[in-house]
Amino acid sequence: MYWQQDIETLSRDRLEKLQLERLKATLDLAYNSPFYKKTMDENGISSDSIHSLDDLKKIPFTTKNDLREHYPYGMAAVPIKQCVRLHSSSGTTGNPTVVLHSQKDLDEWANQVARCMYMVGIRDTDVFQNTSGYGMFTGGLGFQYGAEKLGALTVPAAAGNTKRQIKFIRDFETTCLHIIPSYATRLAEVMYEEGVDPRKNTKLKIICIGAEPHSEEQRKRIEQLLGVKAYNCFGMSEMNGPGVAFECTEQNGLHIWEDYVIVEIIDPVTLKPVKDGELGELVLTTINREAMPLLRYRTRDLTRILPGNCPCGRTHKRIARFQGRSDDMIILKGVNLFPIQIETILMQFKELGSNYLITLETVGNSDEMLIEVELSDLFTDDYSVLQGLTKEIIRQLRDELLLTPRLKLVARGSLPVQEGKAIRVKDLRKII
Amino acid sequence: MTINQISIFLENKYGKLSEILSLLGKEHIRIIAATIADTSEFGIMRIIVSDPQKAYAILKENNVSANLTDVLAVVTGSSADDFAETLAHFTKAGLSIEYMYCFAVNGKAILIIRTNNREAAREVIRRQNIEYICESDLIQL
Repeated sequence: MYWQQDIETLSRDRLEKLQLERLKATLDLAYNSPFYKKTMDENGISSDSIHSLDDLKKIPFTTKNDLREHYPYGMAAVPIKQCVRLHSSSGTTGNPTVVLHSQKDLDEWANQVARCMYMVGIRDTDVFQNTSGYGMFTGGLGFQYGAEKLGALTVPAAAGNTKRQIKFIRDFETTCLHIIPSYATRLAEVMYEEGVDPRKNTKLKIICIGAEPHSEEQRKRIEQLLGVKAYNCFGMSEMNGPGVAFECTEQNGLHIWEDYVIVEIIDPVTLKPVKDGELGELVLTTINREAMPLLRYRTRDLTRILPGNCPCGRTHKRIARFQGRSDDMIILKGVNLFPIQIETILMQFKELGSNYLITLETVGNSDEMLIEVELSDLFTDDYSVLQGLTKEIIRQLRDELLLTPRLKLVARGSLPVQEGKAIRVKDLRKII
Repeated sequence: MTINQISIFLENKYGKLSEILSLLGKEHIRIIAATIADTSEFGIMRIIVSDPQKAYAILKENNVSANLTDVLAVVTGSSADDFAETLAHFTKAGLSIEYMYCFAVNGKAILIIRTNNREAAREVIRRQNIEYICESDLIQL
Protein backbone atom coordinates (compact mmCIF):
# COMPACT_ATOMS: atom_id res chain seq x y z
CA MET A 1 0.00 0.00 0.00
CA TYR A 2 2.92 2.35 0.69
CA TRP A 3 6.02 2.94 -1.41
CA GLN A 4 7.92 4.30 1.63
CA GLN A 5 5.79 3.53 4.65
CA ASP A 6 8.19 5.15 7.17
CA ILE A 7 8.21 8.52 5.40
CA GLU A 8 4.61 8.52 4.20
CA THR A 9 3.21 7.82 7.67
CA LEU A 10 5.82 9.70 9.72
CA SER A 11 4.28 11.42 12.74
CA ARG A 12 3.70 15.16 12.34
CA ASP A 13 6.29 15.95 15.01
CA ARG A 14 8.97 13.97 13.30
CA LEU A 15 7.94 15.20 9.86
CA GLU A 16 8.24 18.82 10.99
CA LYS A 17 11.58 18.11 12.65
CA LEU A 18 12.79 16.64 9.35
CA GLN A 19 11.48 19.71 7.51
CA LEU A 20 13.38 22.06 9.82
CA GLU A 21 16.64 20.14 9.33
CA ARG A 22 16.18 20.09 5.58
CA LEU A 23 15.18 23.77 5.47
CA LYS A 24 18.40 24.76 7.22
CA ALA A 25 20.46 22.62 4.85
CA THR A 26 18.59 24.15 1.91
CA LEU A 27 19.40 27.68 3.10
CA ASP A 28 23.09 26.80 3.25
CA LEU A 29 22.89 25.49 -0.29
CA ALA A 30 20.79 28.36 -1.61
CA TYR A 31 23.43 30.81 -0.40
CA ASN A 32 25.67 29.52 -3.20
CA SER A 33 23.35 30.98 -5.83
CA PRO A 34 23.90 34.62 -6.83
CA PHE A 35 20.20 35.37 -6.42
CA TYR A 36 19.75 33.92 -2.92
CA LYS A 37 23.11 35.19 -1.68
CA LYS A 38 21.89 38.70 -2.39
CA THR A 39 18.42 38.18 -0.88
CA MET A 40 19.76 36.46 2.22
CA ASP A 41 22.46 39.06 2.80
CA GLU A 42 20.01 41.93 2.36
CA ASN A 43 17.56 40.39 4.83
CA GLY A 44 20.14 39.11 7.27
CA ILE A 45 19.06 35.51 6.87
CA SER A 46 21.18 32.43 7.28
CA SER A 47 20.50 28.88 8.40
CA ASP A 48 21.47 30.03 11.91
CA SER A 49 18.58 32.50 12.04
CA ILE A 50 16.02 29.72 11.49
CA HIS A 51 15.03 28.10 14.78
CA SER A 52 11.56 26.83 13.91
CA LEU A 53 9.42 26.36 10.82
CA ASP A 54 7.68 29.57 11.82
CA ASP A 55 10.90 31.45 11.05
CA LEU A 56 10.30 30.62 7.38
CA LYS A 57 8.22 33.81 7.30
CA LYS A 58 11.41 35.88 7.61
CA ILE A 59 12.40 34.80 4.10
CA PRO A 60 11.07 36.90 1.20
CA PHE A 61 8.94 35.25 -1.48
CA THR A 62 10.45 34.09 -4.75
CA THR A 63 8.37 34.76 -7.87
CA LYS A 64 8.33 33.55 -11.43
CA ASN A 65 9.68 36.94 -12.36
CA ASP A 66 12.79 36.32 -10.24
CA LEU A 67 13.41 33.18 -12.28
CA ARG A 68 12.98 35.11 -15.52
CA GLU A 69 15.33 37.86 -14.44
CA HIS A 70 18.00 35.33 -13.52
CA TYR A 71 17.65 33.41 -16.75
CA PRO A 72 19.30 31.07 -17.48
CA TYR A 73 21.70 30.07 -14.66
CA GLY A 74 21.41 32.80 -12.05
CA MET A 75 19.49 30.59 -9.62
CA ALA A 76 21.95 27.68 -9.70
CA ALA A 77 23.22 26.67 -6.26
CA VAL A 78 25.76 24.15 -7.54
CA PRO A 79 28.36 24.47 -10.33
CA ILE A 80 26.75 23.89 -13.73
CA LYS A 81 29.16 20.99 -14.16
CA GLN A 82 27.19 19.17 -11.47
CA CYS A 83 23.87 19.66 -13.31
CA VAL A 84 22.71 16.95 -15.69
CA ARG A 85 19.44 18.29 -17.03
CA LEU A 86 17.43 21.45 -17.37
CA HIS A 87 13.78 22.00 -18.11
CA SER A 88 12.59 25.30 -19.48
CA SER A 89 9.21 26.89 -20.03
CA SER A 90 8.27 28.09 -23.49
CA GLY A 91 8.69 31.72 -22.47
CA THR A 92 5.84 33.03 -24.57
CA THR A 93 5.41 35.97 -22.20
CA GLY A 94 9.01 36.98 -21.61
CA ASN A 95 12.19 35.13 -20.71
CA PRO A 96 11.60 31.44 -20.16
CA THR A 97 12.02 29.99 -16.68
CA VAL A 98 14.75 27.39 -16.33
CA VAL A 99 14.98 24.70 -13.69
CA LEU A 100 18.28 22.86 -13.24
CA HIS A 101 18.67 19.34 -11.89
CA SER A 102 21.62 17.39 -10.56
CA GLN A 103 21.66 13.59 -10.80
CA LYS A 104 20.59 13.42 -7.15
CA ASP A 105 17.68 15.77 -7.90
CA LEU A 106 16.53 13.54 -10.76
CA ASP A 107 16.75 10.43 -8.57
CA GLU A 108 14.73 12.11 -5.84
CA TRP A 109 12.17 13.31 -8.37
CA ALA A 110 11.77 9.81 -9.85
CA ASN A 111 11.24 8.50 -6.33
CA GLN A 112 8.60 11.17 -5.70
CA VAL A 113 6.68 10.21 -8.85
CA ALA A 114 7.05 6.47 -8.12
CA ARG A 115 5.63 7.09 -4.65
CA CYS A 116 2.59 8.83 -6.17
CA MET A 117 2.00 6.11 -8.74
CA TYR A 118 2.34 3.34 -6.16
CA MET A 119 -0.14 5.19 -3.96
CA VAL A 120 -2.89 4.93 -6.60
CA GLY A 121 -2.25 1.24 -7.15
CA ILE A 122 0.20 1.15 -10.05
CA ARG A 123 2.66 -1.76 -9.72
CA ASP A 124 5.62 -3.27 -11.57
CA THR A 125 3.18 -5.61 -13.32
CA ASP A 126 1.40 -2.71 -15.02
CA VAL A 127 1.79 -1.29 -18.51
CA PHE A 128 1.98 2.48 -18.24
CA GLN A 129 1.42 4.66 -21.31
CA ASN A 130 2.42 8.30 -21.06
CA THR A 131 0.54 10.63 -23.42
CA SER A 132 2.44 13.74 -22.31
CA GLY A 133 4.74 15.56 -24.64
CA TYR A 134 8.36 14.63 -23.91
CA GLY A 135 11.12 17.17 -24.22
CA MET A 136 10.89 20.32 -22.16
CA PHE A 137 7.43 19.56 -20.78
CA THR A 138 8.08 17.84 -17.45
CA GLY A 139 5.01 15.59 -17.69
CA GLY A 140 6.91 13.45 -20.20
CA LEU A 141 10.27 12.67 -18.62
CA GLY A 142 8.95 13.18 -15.08
CA PHE A 143 6.47 10.32 -15.36
CA GLN A 144 8.87 8.27 -17.48
CA TYR A 145 11.57 8.08 -14.81
CA GLY A 146 9.02 7.63 -12.04
CA ALA A 147 7.32 4.74 -13.81
CA GLU A 148 10.67 3.10 -14.57
CA LYS A 149 11.74 3.48 -10.95
CA LEU A 150 8.49 1.77 -9.96
CA GLY A 151 9.26 -0.99 -12.43
CA ALA A 152 6.20 -0.70 -14.66
CA LEU A 153 6.53 -1.44 -18.36
CA THR A 154 6.51 2.03 -19.88
CA VAL A 155 5.08 3.07 -23.26
CA PRO A 156 6.45 6.56 -23.96
CA ALA A 157 3.76 7.29 -26.58
CA ALA A 158 4.05 11.08 -26.14
CA ALA A 159 1.29 13.50 -27.14
CA GLY A 160 -1.20 13.47 -30.00
CA ASN A 161 -2.06 10.99 -32.74
CA THR A 162 -5.15 9.62 -31.08
CA LYS A 163 -5.57 6.61 -33.36
CA ARG A 164 -2.03 5.48 -32.63
CA GLN A 165 -2.61 5.94 -28.88
CA ILE A 166 -5.63 3.65 -29.16
CA LYS A 167 -3.65 1.07 -31.11
CA PHE A 168 -0.94 1.08 -28.41
CA ILE A 169 -3.52 0.78 -25.65
CA ARG A 170 -4.98 -2.29 -27.32
CA ASP A 171 -1.82 -3.96 -28.66
CA PHE A 172 0.33 -3.45 -25.55
CA GLU A 173 -2.59 -4.05 -23.19
CA THR A 174 -1.95 -0.75 -21.45
CA THR A 175 -3.41 -0.69 -17.93
CA CYS A 176 -2.48 2.84 -16.82
CA LEU A 177 -2.31 6.19 -18.54
CA HIS A 178 -1.01 9.62 -17.76
CA ILE A 179 -3.21 12.03 -19.68
CA ILE A 180 -4.56 15.55 -19.40
CA PRO A 181 -8.29 15.56 -18.63
CA SER A 182 -9.52 17.30 -21.78
CA TYR A 183 -7.59 14.79 -23.86
CA ALA A 184 -8.92 11.87 -21.81
CA THR A 185 -12.45 12.82 -22.87
CA ARG A 186 -11.34 13.24 -26.45
CA LEU A 187 -9.58 9.87 -26.44
CA ALA A 188 -12.71 8.18 -25.09
CA GLU A 189 -14.86 9.85 -27.74
CA VAL A 190 -12.61 8.69 -30.55
CA MET A 191 -12.59 5.16 -29.12
CA TYR A 192 -16.37 5.02 -29.17
CA GLU A 193 -16.47 6.49 -32.68
CA GLU A 194 -14.11 3.74 -33.80
CA GLY A 195 -16.31 1.10 -32.20
CA VAL A 196 -13.89 0.43 -29.33
CA ASP A 197 -15.57 0.23 -25.94
CA PRO A 198 -12.71 1.06 -23.55
CA ARG A 199 -14.53 -0.71 -20.73
CA LYS A 200 -14.65 -3.99 -22.61
CA ASN A 201 -12.01 -3.85 -25.31
CA THR A 202 -9.07 -2.47 -23.31
CA LYS A 203 -7.30 -3.32 -20.05
CA LEU A 204 -7.28 0.28 -18.81
CA LYS A 205 -7.89 0.57 -15.06
CA ILE A 206 -5.99 3.53 -13.60
CA ILE A 207 -5.29 6.91 -15.11
CA CYS A 208 -3.41 9.90 -13.74
CA ILE A 209 -4.91 13.19 -14.81
CA GLY A 210 -3.41 16.59 -14.22
CA ALA A 211 -1.88 19.73 -15.71
CA GLU A 212 -5.32 21.29 -16.23
CA PRO A 213 -7.81 22.32 -13.60
CA HIS A 214 -10.86 20.10 -13.88
CA SER A 215 -14.00 19.59 -11.89
CA GLU A 216 -15.14 16.54 -9.97
CA GLU A 217 -17.90 16.13 -12.55
CA GLN A 218 -15.35 15.92 -15.35
CA ARG A 219 -13.37 13.31 -13.43
CA LYS A 220 -16.51 11.21 -12.96
CA ARG A 221 -17.35 11.51 -16.61
CA ILE A 222 -13.85 10.38 -17.60
CA GLU A 223 -14.05 7.46 -15.17
CA GLN A 224 -17.38 6.37 -16.64
CA LEU A 225 -16.35 6.80 -20.25
CA LEU A 226 -13.10 4.87 -19.90
CA GLY A 227 -14.14 2.50 -17.12
CA VAL A 228 -11.17 3.48 -14.93
CA LYS A 229 -10.25 5.15 -11.67
CA ALA A 230 -8.85 8.60 -12.39
CA TYR A 231 -6.47 10.28 -9.95
CA ASN A 232 -5.62 13.91 -9.85
CA CYS A 233 -1.95 14.80 -9.98
CA PHE A 234 -0.31 18.13 -9.44
CA GLY A 235 3.06 19.33 -10.46
CA MET A 236 4.82 22.31 -11.90
CA SER A 237 8.17 22.59 -13.62
CA GLU A 238 9.51 24.98 -10.97
CA MET A 239 8.91 22.21 -8.40
CA ASN A 240 10.49 19.55 -10.67
CA GLY A 241 7.24 18.66 -12.42
CA PRO A 242 4.66 15.96 -11.73
CA GLY A 243 4.68 14.32 -8.32
CA VAL A 244 4.49 17.36 -6.03
CA ALA A 245 1.04 16.30 -4.84
CA PHE A 246 -1.19 13.39 -5.77
CA GLU A 247 -4.49 11.93 -4.75
CA CYS A 248 -4.57 8.68 -2.84
CA THR A 249 -7.30 6.10 -3.45
CA GLU A 250 -9.64 8.08 -1.18
CA GLN A 251 -9.91 10.61 -4.05
CA ASN A 252 -10.37 13.34 -1.50
CA GLY A 253 -7.57 15.86 -1.77
CA LEU A 254 -3.97 15.54 -2.93
CA HIS A 255 -1.22 14.55 -0.51
CA ILE A 256 1.60 17.01 -0.87
CA TRP A 257 4.93 15.43 -0.02
CA GLU A 258 6.21 17.42 2.90
CA ASP A 259 9.60 15.72 2.97
CA TYR A 260 10.13 17.45 -0.40
CA VAL A 261 8.44 20.81 0.14
CA ILE A 262 7.16 23.07 2.89
CA VAL A 263 3.61 24.20 2.18
CA GLU A 264 2.09 27.61 2.86
CA ILE A 265 -1.21 29.08 1.65
CA ILE A 266 -1.33 32.88 1.43
CA ASP A 267 -3.78 35.55 0.44
CA PRO A 268 -2.49 36.60 -3.00
CA VAL A 269 -3.31 40.25 -2.30
CA THR A 270 -2.18 40.81 1.31
CA LEU A 271 0.48 38.03 1.13
CA LYS A 272 -0.49 37.00 4.67
CA PRO A 273 -1.14 33.35 5.49
CA VAL A 274 -4.82 32.40 5.31
CA LYS A 275 -6.54 30.40 8.04
CA ASP A 276 -6.32 26.63 7.68
CA GLY A 277 -8.94 25.43 5.21
CA GLU A 278 -9.29 28.77 3.42
CA LEU A 279 -8.63 29.27 -0.28
CA GLY A 280 -5.40 31.01 -1.20
CA GLU A 281 -2.25 30.85 -3.25
CA LEU A 282 0.02 27.88 -2.77
CA VAL A 283 3.57 28.83 -1.73
CA LEU A 284 6.24 26.12 -1.72
CA THR A 285 9.78 25.85 -0.43
CA THR A 286 11.89 23.00 -1.79
CA ILE A 287 13.78 21.13 0.93
CA ASN A 288 15.02 18.15 -1.02
CA ARG A 289 16.70 19.68 -4.04
CA GLU A 290 20.30 20.76 -4.49
CA ALA A 291 20.87 22.23 -7.96
CA MET A 292 18.22 24.90 -7.69
CA PRO A 293 16.46 25.34 -4.36
CA LEU A 294 13.48 27.69 -4.34
CA LEU A 295 12.45 29.46 -1.15
CA ARG A 296 8.82 30.44 -0.62
CA TYR A 297 8.02 30.19 -4.30
CA ARG A 298 4.67 31.72 -5.25
CA THR A 299 3.08 29.08 -7.48
CA ARG A 300 0.06 31.21 -8.52
CA ASP A 301 -2.06 28.09 -8.04
CA LEU A 302 -5.08 28.51 -5.83
CA THR A 303 -6.03 25.82 -3.39
CA ARG A 304 -6.67 25.18 0.29
CA ILE A 305 -5.47 22.72 2.91
CA LEU A 306 -8.03 20.06 3.73
CA PRO A 307 -8.35 19.77 7.50
CA GLY A 308 -8.30 16.43 9.29
CA ASN A 309 -6.49 13.15 8.84
CA CYS A 310 -6.75 11.02 5.74
CA PRO A 311 -8.11 7.50 6.26
CA CYS A 312 -5.27 6.17 4.09
CA GLY A 313 -2.88 6.70 7.01
CA ARG A 314 -0.53 9.12 5.28
CA THR A 315 0.37 12.06 7.46
CA HIS A 316 1.33 14.48 4.68
CA LYS A 317 -1.14 17.32 4.32
CA ARG A 318 -3.81 17.24 1.65
CA ILE A 319 -4.57 20.13 -0.65
CA ALA A 320 -7.89 20.55 -2.42
CA ARG A 321 -8.36 20.16 -6.14
CA PHE A 322 -7.02 23.26 -7.83
CA GLN A 323 -9.41 26.13 -8.26
CA GLY A 324 -7.38 27.55 -11.10
CA ARG A 325 -4.42 29.87 -11.09
CA SER A 326 -4.44 33.30 -9.61
CA ASP A 327 -3.41 34.26 -13.17
CA ASP A 328 -6.51 32.54 -14.64
CA MET A 329 -8.89 34.51 -12.52
CA ILE A 330 -11.36 36.37 -14.69
CA ILE A 331 -12.45 39.76 -13.45
CA LEU A 332 -15.69 40.69 -15.19
CA LYS A 333 -17.76 43.66 -14.10
CA GLY A 334 -15.83 43.67 -10.85
CA VAL A 335 -16.67 40.02 -10.11
CA ASN A 336 -13.81 37.56 -9.58
CA LEU A 337 -14.44 34.15 -11.06
CA PHE A 338 -12.64 31.06 -12.28
CA PRO A 339 -13.32 28.95 -15.39
CA ILE A 340 -13.57 25.84 -13.18
CA GLN A 341 -16.74 27.25 -11.58
CA ILE A 342 -18.36 27.39 -15.01
CA GLU A 343 -17.15 23.94 -15.95
CA THR A 344 -18.56 22.44 -12.75
CA ILE A 345 -22.03 23.68 -13.68
CA LEU A 346 -21.87 22.70 -17.35
CA MET A 347 -20.74 19.15 -16.53
CA GLN A 348 -23.86 18.58 -14.46
CA PHE A 349 -26.02 18.64 -17.59
CA LYS A 350 -26.04 15.28 -19.37
CA GLU A 351 -27.38 17.03 -22.48
CA LEU A 352 -24.05 18.83 -22.84
CA GLY A 353 -20.71 17.54 -24.11
CA SER A 354 -17.34 18.24 -22.47
CA ASN A 355 -16.09 20.91 -24.82
CA TYR A 356 -16.80 24.55 -24.05
CA LEU A 357 -15.33 27.97 -24.69
CA ILE A 358 -15.66 31.15 -22.67
CA THR A 359 -15.32 34.40 -24.61
CA LEU A 360 -15.07 37.76 -22.91
CA GLU A 361 -16.05 40.59 -25.21
CA THR A 362 -16.97 44.21 -25.19
CA VAL A 363 -20.50 44.88 -26.38
CA GLY A 364 -21.18 48.60 -26.58
CA ASN A 365 -19.81 49.98 -23.34
CA SER A 366 -20.10 46.87 -21.35
CA ASP A 367 -18.08 43.69 -20.94
CA GLU A 368 -19.98 40.49 -21.48
CA MET A 369 -19.30 36.80 -21.14
CA LEU A 370 -20.34 34.38 -23.85
CA ILE A 371 -20.20 30.67 -23.10
CA GLU A 372 -20.40 28.30 -26.02
CA VAL A 373 -20.97 24.69 -25.13
CA GLU A 374 -21.43 21.64 -27.31
CA LEU A 375 -24.58 19.56 -27.12
CA SER A 376 -23.75 15.93 -26.47
CA ASP A 377 -26.29 15.09 -29.18
CA LEU A 378 -29.57 16.44 -30.49
CA PHE A 379 -31.92 14.76 -28.07
CA THR A 380 -35.05 16.64 -29.10
CA ASP A 381 -36.46 18.43 -32.09
CA ASP A 382 -38.44 20.75 -29.91
CA TYR A 383 -37.32 24.38 -29.63
CA SER A 384 -38.94 24.91 -26.31
CA VAL A 385 -36.87 22.10 -24.79
CA LEU A 386 -33.62 23.62 -26.07
CA GLN A 387 -34.67 27.07 -24.93
CA GLY A 388 -35.69 25.72 -21.56
CA LEU A 389 -32.31 24.01 -21.24
CA THR A 390 -30.52 27.25 -22.13
CA LYS A 391 -32.51 29.13 -19.50
CA GLU A 392 -31.82 26.56 -16.81
CA ILE A 393 -28.06 26.57 -17.49
CA ILE A 394 -27.99 30.36 -17.40
CA ARG A 395 -29.95 30.38 -14.16
CA GLN A 396 -27.49 28.04 -12.48
CA LEU A 397 -24.50 29.97 -13.82
CA ARG A 398 -25.97 33.21 -12.55
CA ASP A 399 -26.46 31.75 -9.08
CA GLU A 400 -22.83 30.63 -9.01
CA LEU A 401 -21.14 33.58 -10.72
CA LEU A 402 -23.44 36.40 -9.62
CA LEU A 403 -23.57 37.72 -13.17
CA THR A 404 -25.54 36.61 -16.20
CA PRO A 405 -23.57 35.18 -19.09
CA ARG A 406 -24.87 34.63 -22.62
CA LEU A 407 -25.07 30.99 -23.47
CA LYS A 408 -24.91 29.47 -26.89
CA LEU A 409 -25.55 25.80 -27.53
CA VAL A 410 -23.44 24.60 -30.43
CA ALA A 411 -23.36 21.36 -32.38
CA ARG A 412 -21.12 18.54 -31.30
CA GLY A 413 -17.64 18.79 -32.78
CA SER A 414 -17.95 22.45 -33.68
CA LEU A 415 -15.59 23.90 -31.06
CA PRO A 416 -11.88 23.52 -31.73
CA VAL A 417 -10.54 20.25 -30.36
CA GLN A 418 -7.32 20.61 -28.45
CA GLU A 419 -4.88 17.85 -27.88
CA GLY A 420 -2.64 19.97 -25.67
CA LYS A 421 -3.76 22.02 -22.69
CA ALA A 422 -7.25 23.15 -23.55
CA ILE A 423 -7.74 26.87 -24.03
CA ARG A 424 -11.06 27.61 -22.37
CA VAL A 425 -11.02 31.39 -22.19
CA LYS A 426 -10.68 33.92 -24.99
CA ASP A 427 -10.45 37.51 -23.83
CA LEU A 428 -11.44 39.89 -26.63
CA ARG A 429 -12.32 42.80 -24.38
CA LYS A 430 -11.31 46.25 -25.44
CA ILE A 431 -10.02 48.68 -22.91
CA ILE A 432 -12.41 51.58 -22.96
CA MET B 1 -49.13 6.03 -41.00
CA THR B 2 -46.15 8.02 -39.72
CA ILE B 3 -42.88 8.80 -41.44
CA ASN B 4 -39.48 9.65 -40.03
CA GLN B 5 -38.47 13.24 -40.18
CA ILE B 6 -34.86 14.19 -39.55
CA SER B 7 -34.16 17.18 -37.35
CA ILE B 8 -30.73 18.71 -37.54
CA PHE B 9 -29.28 21.14 -35.04
CA LEU B 10 -27.80 24.10 -36.87
CA GLU B 11 -25.63 26.82 -35.51
CA ASN B 12 -25.92 30.20 -37.11
CA LYS B 13 -22.67 29.73 -38.90
CA TYR B 14 -21.85 30.63 -42.48
CA GLY B 15 -21.76 27.63 -44.80
CA LYS B 16 -22.99 25.12 -42.22
CA LEU B 17 -26.22 24.31 -44.01
CA SER B 18 -24.69 23.58 -47.40
CA GLU B 19 -21.97 21.54 -45.74
CA ILE B 20 -24.58 19.26 -44.18
CA LEU B 21 -26.74 19.04 -47.28
CA SER B 22 -23.81 18.06 -49.46
CA LEU B 23 -23.12 15.11 -47.12
CA LEU B 24 -26.57 13.79 -48.06
CA GLY B 25 -26.25 14.78 -51.71
CA LYS B 26 -23.08 12.73 -52.10
CA GLU B 27 -25.00 9.64 -51.06
CA HIS B 28 -27.90 10.40 -53.43
CA ILE B 29 -30.39 11.19 -50.72
CA ARG B 30 -33.20 13.32 -52.14
CA ILE B 31 -34.80 16.02 -50.09
CA ILE B 32 -38.56 15.97 -50.44
CA ALA B 33 -39.37 18.78 -48.03
CA ALA B 34 -37.41 21.03 -45.72
CA THR B 35 -38.14 23.72 -43.23
CA ILE B 36 -35.91 25.78 -41.00
CA ALA B 37 -36.95 27.89 -38.09
CA ASP B 38 -34.42 29.72 -36.02
CA THR B 39 -33.87 31.58 -32.83
CA SER B 40 -31.12 34.14 -32.58
CA GLU B 41 -28.57 31.55 -31.52
CA PHE B 42 -29.43 28.32 -33.30
CA GLY B 43 -31.83 26.71 -35.70
CA ILE B 44 -33.38 23.34 -36.28
CA MET B 45 -33.76 22.15 -39.84
CA ARG B 46 -36.47 19.56 -40.35
CA ILE B 47 -36.31 17.50 -43.51
CA ILE B 48 -38.24 14.71 -45.17
CA VAL B 49 -35.93 12.65 -47.34
CA SER B 50 -36.13 9.72 -49.71
CA ASP B 51 -34.40 7.34 -47.30
CA PRO B 52 -34.56 8.59 -43.70
CA GLN B 53 -32.69 5.68 -42.06
CA LYS B 54 -29.78 5.94 -44.46
CA ALA B 55 -29.69 9.74 -44.19
CA TYR B 56 -29.70 9.52 -40.40
CA ALA B 57 -26.82 7.03 -40.45
CA ILE B 58 -24.80 9.32 -42.74
CA LEU B 59 -25.34 12.29 -40.42
CA LYS B 60 -24.33 10.27 -37.34
CA GLU B 61 -21.22 9.03 -39.09
CA ASN B 62 -20.26 12.62 -39.78
CA ASN B 63 -20.88 13.64 -36.21
CA VAL B 64 -23.82 15.93 -37.07
CA SER B 65 -26.23 16.53 -34.19
CA ALA B 66 -29.43 15.02 -35.57
CA ASN B 67 -32.55 13.30 -34.35
CA LEU B 68 -35.26 11.11 -35.92
CA THR B 69 -38.85 12.04 -35.09
CA ASP B 70 -41.95 10.38 -36.39
CA VAL B 71 -44.49 12.77 -37.87
CA LEU B 72 -47.81 12.32 -39.68
CA ALA B 73 -47.92 12.87 -43.42
CA VAL B 74 -51.47 13.32 -44.58
CA VAL B 75 -52.67 13.99 -48.09
CA THR B 76 -55.14 16.74 -48.81
CA GLY B 77 -56.31 18.92 -51.68
CA SER B 78 -54.40 22.12 -52.22
CA SER B 79 -57.21 24.59 -51.56
CA ALA B 80 -57.42 26.44 -48.26
CA ASP B 81 -60.75 24.77 -47.57
CA ASP B 82 -59.20 21.33 -47.90
CA PHE B 83 -56.49 22.34 -45.45
CA ALA B 84 -58.99 23.71 -43.00
CA GLU B 85 -61.16 20.63 -43.18
CA THR B 86 -58.26 18.27 -42.54
CA LEU B 87 -56.97 20.26 -39.59
CA ALA B 88 -60.44 20.58 -38.13
CA HIS B 89 -60.54 16.79 -37.65
CA PHE B 90 -57.57 17.06 -35.30
CA THR B 91 -58.74 20.12 -33.41
CA LYS B 92 -62.18 18.59 -32.89
CA ALA B 93 -60.47 15.61 -31.26
CA GLY B 94 -58.83 18.06 -28.82
CA LEU B 95 -55.36 17.83 -30.34
CA SER B 96 -53.09 20.78 -30.83
CA ILE B 97 -50.58 21.12 -33.64
CA GLU B 98 -47.00 21.66 -32.46
CA TYR B 99 -45.77 22.38 -35.94
CA MET B 100 -46.79 21.82 -39.50
CA TYR B 101 -45.42 22.33 -43.00
CA CYS B 102 -46.46 21.11 -46.37
CA PHE B 103 -45.28 20.32 -49.86
CA ALA B 104 -47.13 19.55 -53.08
CA VAL B 105 -46.92 16.50 -55.30
CA ASN B 106 -49.04 16.11 -58.45
CA GLY B 107 -51.59 18.71 -57.42
CA LYS B 108 -52.01 17.14 -54.00
CA ALA B 109 -50.74 18.75 -50.84
CA ILE B 110 -48.96 16.64 -48.26
CA LEU B 111 -49.15 18.01 -44.75
CA ILE B 112 -46.44 17.11 -42.29
CA ILE B 113 -47.97 17.41 -38.86
CA ARG B 114 -46.64 16.95 -35.39
CA THR B 115 -49.36 16.96 -32.73
CA ASN B 116 -49.14 16.84 -28.99
CA ASN B 117 -50.56 13.30 -28.89
CA ARG B 118 -49.37 10.82 -31.46
CA GLU B 119 -51.73 7.98 -30.59
CA ALA B 120 -54.83 10.17 -30.62
CA ALA B 121 -53.74 11.65 -33.96
CA ARG B 122 -53.46 8.18 -35.49
CA GLU B 123 -56.91 7.39 -34.21
CA VAL B 124 -58.30 10.51 -35.93
CA ILE B 125 -56.75 9.46 -39.23
CA ARG B 126 -58.23 5.96 -38.98
CA ARG B 127 -61.67 7.14 -37.94
CA GLN B 128 -61.93 9.91 -40.50
CA ASN B 129 -60.35 7.77 -43.19
CA ILE B 130 -57.86 10.50 -44.04
CA GLU B 131 -55.44 9.67 -46.83
CA TYR B 132 -51.82 9.42 -45.64
CA ILE B 133 -48.44 8.33 -46.88
CA CYS B 134 -46.02 6.03 -45.13
CA GLU B 135 -42.26 5.65 -45.18
CA SER B 136 -42.18 3.19 -48.08
CA ASP B 137 -43.98 5.76 -50.27
CA LEU B 138 -41.21 8.34 -49.84
CA ILE B 139 -38.77 6.72 -52.20
CA GLN B 140 -41.23 7.16 -55.09
CA LEU B 141 -41.96 10.84 -54.42
